[in-house]
Amino acid sequence: MSLFNIFNVAGSAMNAQSQRLNTVASNLANADSATSANGEVYKAKQVVFAATPVGENGATGVNVAAVVEDQSPMKVVYDPKNPLADDKGYVTMPNVNVVEEMVNMISASRSYQSNVEMMNTTKTLLLKTLTLGQ
Amino acid sequence: MLNRLDDMLNFHHQALRVRDQRQQVLASNIANADTPNFKARDLDFKTALQGALKGAGTPGAVTVATTAPGHMKGNPGIASDANLLYRTPAQGSVDGNTVDMDAERAAFADNAIHYEFNLNRLSSQIKSLLSVIQG
Repeated sequence: MSLFNIFNVAGSAMNAQSQRLNTVASNLANADSATSANGEVYKAKQVVFAATPVGENGATGVNVAAVVEDQSPMKVVYDPKNPLADDKGYVTMPNVNVVEEMVNMISASRSYQSNVEMMNTTKTLLLKTLTLGQ
Repeated sequence: MLNRLDDMLNFHHQALRVRDQRQQVLASNIANADTPNFKARDLDFKTALQGALKGAGTPGAVTVATTAPGHMKGNPGIASDANLLYRTPAQGSVDGNTVDMDAERAAFADNAIHYEFNLNRLSSQIKSLLSVIQG
């Protein structure tokens, strides 16, 4: 029964989407973190999805291949009163693009929803299969 | 007699198998809606069902070797790589992904209904057989 395999496929996709949501949350939370435990400015993080075979018979799930740091340039703000400012009065701020992150968040939550619905449909089909011939 | 019973139930049994496999392929497409460079796939139901009804499986499918007359033929997978086709994207996307969410969701719902239909038919066939047996 490859219907059972759909649970693995949808499960792996939900797992990947929730990890994406997690990075969005950490990016938004740290949108103004000019420093961190290691003294570096926070850099936005992005997940990289990769298709991965699940079981036999051509089912394809999703896994998170890597979490990479965003390579876009850091924001520079003029704030001479800030203790982190350089000698010209500029502070380097994280390269988090709030609009992009919000779009990412909505996309992740919609994809998560469609995977949940997929699981529900499959569950209904399997339960109906169990009542075959009754 | 048993052979005839099997013949009677075989069509919907095979149709269910193909529907089952197709559901899995469509699920993979929906799951990978956000994966870069993922190419959406599907199987041609008509060809797959014809192949499944012939019992020989499909071109390119792996079959089990039979060395004695009592050996069973085995069940070659329907959704084998040779049988899966790639979708032609209606609108291309920058990341090379060809999953069209609307089309996939529609196909998924359509396939689910057809699965239920085949299940229903099979169920009523079993019921009529039972009523023949029990009188």
